[in-house]
Parts: sequence; C-alpha cells; structure tokens
Amino acid sequence: MVQESVSFKEIIGDALIDLAREDSRVLVFDADLVNASGLRKFAEKYPDRLIDCGIQEANMVGMAAAASEAGVIPFAHTFAAFAARKCVDQIFLAACYSKLDLKLIGSDPGVTAATNGGSHQGMEDMGILMGLNNITLLEPSDGILFRWMLREVKNTPGVFYIRTNRKEERKLYEGDTTFQLGKGNVLQDGRDVTIIASGIEVYEALDAAKLLEEKGISVRVVDMFCWRPVDKELVIRCAKETGAIVTAENHATSTGLGSAVANVVVNNCPVPMEFIGVTERFGEVGSIAFLQKKFNMDAQSIVKKVEIVIGRKGGRQA
Amino acid sequence: MKTEEVKKFADKLRYEAYRMVYEGGDGHPGPAFSIADIIAVLYEDVMKIDPENPDWLDRDRLILSKGHACPILYAALSEKGYYGESVEHFNLRKLHTTFQGHPVMGKTPGIDMTSGSLGNGIPIGTGMALAAKLQNKDYRTYVITGDGELQEGVVWEGVMIAAHHQLDNLTVLVDHNGWQSGGSLKETGGVDEIDSKFASFGWKILHIDGHDHAAIKAALMESAGQKGSPTAIICDCVKGKGLSFMENNNDWHKKVPTKEQFEAARGLIEEEKHEL
Amino acid sequence: MLSKDEILRLNLFSAEIRKATIHALSTAGSGHIGGAMSMVETLAVLYGKVMNVDPQNPHRKDRDRFVLSKGHSGPSLYAALALRGFFPLKELETLNQGDTILPSHADRNKTPGVDFSTGSLGQGISMAAGSALGARYMGNSYYTYCILGDGECDEGQVWEAALFCAQHKLDHLIAFVDYNQQQLDGSVEEVCHLGDLRLKFEQFGWYAQEVDGHEVSQIYEGIRKAQGQTGRPSMIILRTQKGWGCEYALAQPICHHLPISKEIEQQEIERLDREIEEMKRGMA
Repeated sequence: MVQESVSFKEIIGDALIDLAREDSRVLVFDADLVNASGLRKFAEKYPDRLIDCGIQEANMVGMAAAASEAGVIPFAHTFAAFAARKCVDQIFLAACYSKLDLKLIGSDPGVTAATNGGSHQGMEDMGILMGLNNITLLEPSDGILFRWMLREVKNTPGVFYIRTNRKEERKLYEGDTTFQLGKGNVLQDGRDVTIIASGIEVYEALDAAKLLEEKGISVRVVDMFCWRPVDKELVIRCAKETGAIVTAENHATSTGLGSAVANVVVNNCPVPMEFIGVTERFGEVGSIAFLQKKFNMDAQSIVKKVEIVIGRKGGRQA
Repeated sequence: MKTEEVKKFADKLRYEAYRMVYEGGDGHPGPAFSIADIIAVLYEDVMKIDPENPDWLDRDRLILSKGHACPILYAALSEKGYYGESVEHFNLRKLHTTFQGHPVMGKTPGIDMTSGSLGNGIPIGTGMALAAKLQNKDYRTYVITGDGELQEGVVWEGVMIAAHHQLDNLTVLVDHNGWQSGGSLKETGGVDEIDSKFASFGWKILHIDGHDHAAIKAALMESAGQKGSPTAIICDCVKGKGLSFMENNNDWHKKVPTKEQFEAARGLIEEEKHEL
Repeated sequence: MLSKDEILRLNLFSAEIRKATIHALSTAGSGHIGGAMSMVETLAVLYGKVMNVDPQNPHRKDRDRFVLSKGHSGPSLYAALALRGFFPLKELETLNQGDTILPSHADRNKTPGVDFSTGSLGQGISMAAGSALGARYMGNSYYTYCILGDGECDEGQVWEAALFCAQHKLDHLIAFVDYNQQQLDGSVEEVCHLGDLRLKFEQFGWYAQEVDGHEVSQIYEGIRKAQGQTGRPSMIILRTQKGWGCEYALAQPICHHLPISKEIEQQEIERLDREIEEMKRGMA
C-alpha cells in the first residue's frame, strides 16, 4: 500500500540530510528561504553546510555552480518564480556553458504559489530554461519520485533544475518504484488518447481518465516528470498507439511540456494534440484548486480537451 | 505637525492590518507593524495625494518594495478614503480580492507600483523620480524597502544610478528591523552599517527612530529640501512593533493570530489610544 | 618587496604580454585592446610571480584559480598563458578564428589555464566567491584571484557578491578592479559614476587598497598585504589607463574595441622592442 502523504517541504529537508550524511561534498545554498523551503531542518543538522546567501539569487546561483569547480556538489533553492526569472544568465554561463555542476530547486511553481499571488507564481520557469543546453528539467508528482530525483541528481554530474510544490501532496508511487532520467512513466494504459501530464496535473489527468472511462473512452496517462530531455521514444509510441495526445502542465502552454511534446510529435508522427496549462495570463491569489479551475487546468477541463482531440482524430473536426 | 492625528492614524492602521490578516487567515503581520509609523506619517501628514483621484498625475508616489508588508498600506489607503468608506472586509489573499498577497497596481486603487519580488523598489523608484525630473514635475517618490532586501544586487544598481542622476526628488526609507524571513540579518546577509554603504554611493543619509513620528516627519522634510542627491532615511524599527508578543519575534514574519491573540491585541492597541 | 631584478623581469614579462596580445589582435583584425592592455601588469605579477600554477598540468587540484570577470579582455590573458607555456604561442594567431581554442571571451572548456568561463559582466566575482567558498569547504588553501572591469561594477550582482564574500569571510579571495575609467559607451563618469570605489568596497566589509595598476611593485605589495588578511576578502583597485602600453590605443578617445592593422602592429611592436632593449640594458 502507498504510504502516508507528507509535504515536499518535509521531504527536501530529510532527503538532503540523507545525501549530506552519505556524501561530504554536498553543500546546500538558499536565498533567505530556509524557513520557507523546509531546509531549516537541514541547517540545524548541518549548520556549516547550509549557506544562506540572503536575498540574492543571481549571486547564489553563480557561486554555487562555481563551487562545484572545487569539488563541491551544490544544491541551491529559491522560489521557482525567481530561480528562472532572476538567474537565467547565471544558470547559462556559470553552470550550463561552463559544464559545471548545479542542482537547482525551484519551489512553488505555477499555481502552487497560491496565496502568494501573481508576482510569485512562476508560470514560465521551465520555458525560460527550456532553451538552454546541457540542462535537465524535472518536476516530481509525488514524494517518492521527488526523493529519488534528489538522489539521482546528486549522483549525476551536470546541471539540473527541479521545480517542486512545497505543499502536501497526494501519493502516487510505491516506495520501490524505479525511475529513469529522461523516461516518462505510464501510469495507466489506454487506447483512445494519451494524457501526458506532470506535477499536480498528473492527479487531474488521472481523475479525468476516470471520468472518461465512464463515457467509454480508454485513456493512457503518462507522468512525464522529465521535461527536458523529453522522452521522445515514449511520446512517439503514444502518438502511434493512441492517435491523439493532450498535455497537462502547471505552466505556460507557450513554452512548457506541451511544446516539448508537440516538437516530438510534429517531427515524427503528427497526430491531433490539445494543451492544458496557463495560457496568456498571469497568476493571482487563490487556492490551488481554485486556480486550477479558473485557468482550465482541472480534470473537467482535461475531459473537454480529450473530447475535442478525439473528435479531431482521423481528420474529423470537433 | 499633526501629532495627535498621526498617532491615532498609526494605531488604527495597526489594528486594521492585524484584523485583515486575522480575518484573511494569511499574511505578514510582523513586517507590516514594523513600518506602521512610517506609513502613518507619510499618508497622514506628508504625501501629496488625492484619494478621490488615485491616478492624479502630480501626486507623490509610494513604492512598497517590501511588498509582503502590504496589509499596513491597504489599511492606510482604506482609512484615507480611497475606497469610499473604510473597507469592512478586505478579504486579504482571498479569491477575487482587490487586496492581493502582494500589491498589484491597476488592481488596487492607490497602489502606485506592483511589488513582491524583493529588490525592485529602488530601481523602479529611480525610474519614477527620473521621469519626474524629465517632465519638470515636482512630485516626490518614496520607496520603503526592507533591510534584508538590500542583499539584492539590483538594489545597488538603482542606488548607483539614482546618485549618478542626482535624483533629489527620491527618498528611500529603509525599514531597519534587523530581521529577514530566514532569521537575523547579521547571521544571514551582512548588511549592517547601512548608512555608510549608502553614503559611499553618494546618497544623503539620515538615521532615525522609525517609530518616532516627529523624527520621521522631520527627516522627510529634510529630504525634501535636499539638493543634488537622493536621500536614504535609515529607520531603526522593531519588527512587529506595537504588540509585545510580536515585537522582535520573527515567527510573526508570516503568521495568523489565533482568536485569543487577536482579542488580546485589540485591547493592547486600543489601550494606548482612543476609540476606534 | 620585489627586488630590482624582479621588477625588471616582471616589466619585461609585461612588455612581452603586450607584444603577444597586439600580435594576436592584429591577426584577428580587431578586438578589445583597451581593457586587455590596462590589466597587463597585474597579469604579469599574477602569472609571473604570485600564482601557483603548473602549465604542464593546468587542472592540478591545488593550483591557484583565476577568474577574468571582465571576460572580454581574454587576449592579454591568453598571451600571458602562452608565454608561461600553457599552450604554444602560435595558437595566439588563431584568436577568434573558427575552431580556435582562444575565443574573444574566456572559456574554461576551450583554453588550457582558463579556470572559469566569463563574458557576461558581473558574474565572475560570484564565480570567484564560489571558488573560494568551495576551496575552503573542501579543505584546500589555494587562492582565487579575480579581475573585474570598472564599468562592470554597475552590475548589481557585483554588490551581491561583495556582501556575500564579506559575510562569509572569504580571505582567500583577492579581487581587482581595473579602474581604467572607460566603458563601452564612454567615460565611466559620464555613463554611471562609480565614485570612490575603494570606499564602497570598504563599506561592504572588504579590505580595500588602491594601487598604481601599471607599477608591478605596487601590485605585488598590494597582493602581499591582501594575503596577510584574515577574515575578510581583499579588493585592490588598480588605477590604470585603458590602452596603456599601446600608443595607438591611447591616442583614441575611446579604445574599448578597435581595428588593429598590420602596420599598427609593426609600429607598436618595434616600440615595445626598443623598450625591452632599454630595460635589458638597465638590467645589465
């Protein structure tokens, strides 16, 4: 049975403590969000290994990457909104281009910033970083996956960005589930359409799939936790086998997971596609559920898009 | 100086901000209380504004760079009549609310600039002050910034360029309460000796008790008379000032009072003052 | 104190760096000559005297690190590295050509001896901070040196790093500002006045000195004093002239980036050769 749900905020502290215990090279940086990120626990356990840089994200990112030149494995955290918007040039030059190490964690992506409102809702973090080279972009949907991710990026040299919810999350995976970087996870199989989702949208996709089953539509659901590089082989397989794809992301549709999937689809096996995500708008305050509904990212909205995309299969128009 | 009015106003703002966070179930009371007296003096006794015409081109501007402290600013705008009668239900941080978790211009009348991403207030204020100069307008631009926020590099870009353009129509008030979200400023970011840092960048420096209304007024007047350089007023503040259990207790950076804490505060704030 | 012989030796090294730089730039046809020239004496002291580096083993773990935060001044760094034997002098003739190991802006993955990739101004000092922090954390005692441009100090990131380095007492970080008074658009005073830079860094918690950036002895003394500091990072403001040591560049109102013809190269190198001869006579 799947274990009790815990918040990502707790996981990050615990998981990094484990990694730090096992590997003396691990050093953690934060930008005055130690109390907010859940890293206070880490700071108490390893006061000398948590560098609180203060409110200066650009310097933090440049510095953390450069510290890897000295042999450090640097983890750095700030809010997702600032991780990309305030630091893209530093991520590019000091980490990606320099081929150094950086494990950057952006918390509260998209609508999960909830009551922090528009300034704090990073709808564009993955999109900003999508254009860089030599970077892997990840988003966990549950705690088991998040823990695995932290360990995996620690053990893999290179530049990683993980955007993650800080709040309580439903559980999806068993503790012994195995994952692979760059590989999506098929959560349930289906014939008529594939929903490729990530993060909190995975749960909406599963709910939508249930509603669709009732209508006699067989839905495949994929947890595409790695946005870059996106799992090309799996996307092609889904396009060929189900003939239609809907992507669902807690991010701007202009530059995110949907675009990455569409790129593969268009180049390899064009099939009808529809996109769930934030389109041409800024965030605002509200609960996560409220915002998902308002931005047409809830299960009902996915159902509608699936019906549209199925209508377009075989050249038919909805 | 409107001594009595300002005092009453400041008390009222604290109460309203506290009520707003309590009723909204979310928000940052400590940072709001820290600047209550600064906001009170500015809005009650100094700033040239017209609540009935919030977009009046010649009004003085205020940028709350530490946007998370916005409850106190919302309270001031409400009391000044920007929304007609004083607002009864702010619905702070609630769905569809006019009063978002961080200020949003265009959404909330009286808010001169959107904020919430720390560090941006001084460069933005510099832009506004420069625009005033270029248009021969005589309004002043005020920026309230946190002390922790001075760790952001973009602050120093703004500080440098404001001095370069000799923007004497710009006044920055630094809420120097010694705390930031993560802990004490001293442990985190080393922006002590704020005065000399600004001074070395060519700014006029004034250093006051940020809860002394007369001192705040006098400093603002002095900055208005300053020629050839922008002014930074370093305000020694107590985070959570006004409620004994909140003062210098960083847990209140972001925290919702319990019913008891709210009731207690009601008495405490009211004790020192007059009927609400 | 540097001995008289050492001063002469480093002045000769400076002249050789200038010759090699001008040669590289004229092969390329143009380049950032002004800023490359103004930091030559500092490079000569660092690579000719102070820094613990091993040209045969450029990645040796305990070597001192160098960050060229003003990354566009690569050519004179390349000249210094080539003269120290990190790669053949002949490579300088490939500056900015396709497939070169010597791009206009410093690149750690292309050039032996270059420790950090730069070119986006303001970032190098953060990298230097990370380098110094990482070294201390990993239990290493090497120094990290970093040269910033003066115009580069307009960047907010420089001041973020300035606060950080002081807060974290990075005393194995020694930075320089090449205060040559010119940036791309004009004089630093006109574009964005920097005022008293030494004072600014002092107020940000650094041990700050100001030296004549064309006097190797003063630079060396500054570094020695900086190495004597414990508990705080060091800043050495180099009073320099942009284009120094290249008459052609000095004669231009702005010499940030200039075309360099073969004729100019010849004139400059002949003049530098005469200076070298004079120095050698003085030595003898």
